[in-house]
Amino acid sequence: MPRVSFTPHLQRFLDAPPAEVPATTVREALDAIFTGNPRLRGYIVDEHGRLRPHVSVFVGDRPLVDRLTLADAVTAETEIFVLQALSGGAPAAPGLGACT
Amino acid sequence: MTPSLWVATRKGLFHLRADDGWRAGTPSFLGDPVSMVLDDERDGAVYAALHLGHFGSKLHRSDDRGGTWKEIAVPSYAGLPDISRPAGPGGAPPPPEPPALKMIWSVEAGGTSQPGRLWAGTLPGGLFRSDDRGETWTIVRSLWDQPARAKWFGGGYDWPGVHSVLVDPRDPRHVVVGVSCGGAWATEDDGATWQVRATGMKADYMPPELQGDPDIQDPHLVVRCPAAPDALWTQHHCGVFRSRDNGRQWEAVTAARPSGFGFAVAVHPHDPDTAWFAPAVKDERRVPVDDKVVVSRTRDGGTTFEVLDRGLPAPAFDLVYRHGLVVDGTGRVLAMGSTTGTLWISTDGGDSWATASANLPPIYALRFGH
Repeated sequence: MPRVSFTPHLQRFLDAPPAEVPATTVREALDAIFTGNPRLRGYIVDEHGRLRPHVSVFVGDRPLVDRLTLADAVTAETEIFVLQALSGGAPAAPGLGACT
Repeated sequence: MTPSLWVATRKGLFHLRADDGWRAGTPSFLGDPVSMVLDDERDGAVYAALHLGHFGSKLHRSDDRGGTWKEIAVPSYAGLPDISRPAGPGGAPPPPEPPALKMIWSVEAGGTSQPGRLWAGTLPGGLFRSDDRGETWTIVRSLWDQPARAKWFGGGYDWPGVHSVLVDPRDPRHVVVGVSCGGAWATEDDGATWQVRATGMKADYMPPELQGDPDIQDPHLVVRCPAAPDALWTQHHCGVFRSRDNGRQWEAVTAARPSGFGFAVAVHPHDPDTAWFAPAVKDERRVPVDDKVVVSRTRDGGTTFEVLDRGLPAPAFDLVYRHGLVVDGTGRVLAMGSTTGTLWISTDGGDSWATASANLPPIYALRFGH
């Protein structure tokens, strides 16, 4: 089964242990994990299932192609890495936005 | 004296107490941006909205005054029709896309007769309601579906946002919201219908014939006097305005000094003619006027203003965000926090200020505790 692992940075917010799940796409793999860990979903994808802009996913050594529907194919041997992008660490300030 | 102050910052949520000398201890959510905090006096619950750079907006509730937190639901735009994206730097217009939560910008409690009711204002342009202390949220479609929303645009952010939610203490079904940039809107039937309430505001960033359009105004923050709920004030992008009739008509307050620009405003809880502002240099720079941090105060409804600087620094380059200036229920204690991470407290209505800390992370929002 494909194996999915998550950035240790998530540990500050919730448990996200590695898991092996039956799946033929990245979407199926993540959905299987979210079913057992529903709070994790909102950390990885938005309310439409799109990968968050500053979350990075690798399918083996290849970056995820389909960030909208996560349809990239996986095999039983695939390792999926869900990482924290290096972008996104400085969100615009809530006070008045980017033009401060 | 007011017992406590919540300080939402770029690096966590601090809880300061007057009897501890307003000393900043270890924050909750250390390292995480906290975009808003609410201390709900109805049941003592505290709500903290996080604005995580990688993992999205989150909402937490504490039932033990910040000792422990529980992550609760966030507003969701799922199921809504696609919206137009903000214009880019030329080329073809971007295709519409499904709206998605960008940030929780305001969280307010409903009335005392509405236990569990919360309101949340969000980017892009959303108002959400919860009736179960944030366990579930529903978008207020009646406001979202306003045809005028197509005219709203971002102010600072790429997307428009709801930053002010004012529940009328006389009747909590009456609510006014402030939108940057989309004017102010009011409901008198608990959100079933809405009317724009920005007539009289003036937007000098628009072509002449559109400057009075209520749908495109940028009220940076709208506040209400609790003891005289028809009295509203706003620090607008283009000056200070006040309303004496719950937003039906706004009057320009031209005497504001040293500038009419800024983001924050606080109104006295008992006196609708007394309000405080944190003036700054307008669009081009966004720093204190003449490099001096001051608070301006009117005590006569905006006819005249005093510039209060005792205890405030110069030269200094602190900017005060829209949720960064608050007054307590007595009208005597004020707190002001800046982008530079300085927090000032006044216990004499703004006449003088003391620095509680000059070393906090950038301050996004303040709330006095109950």
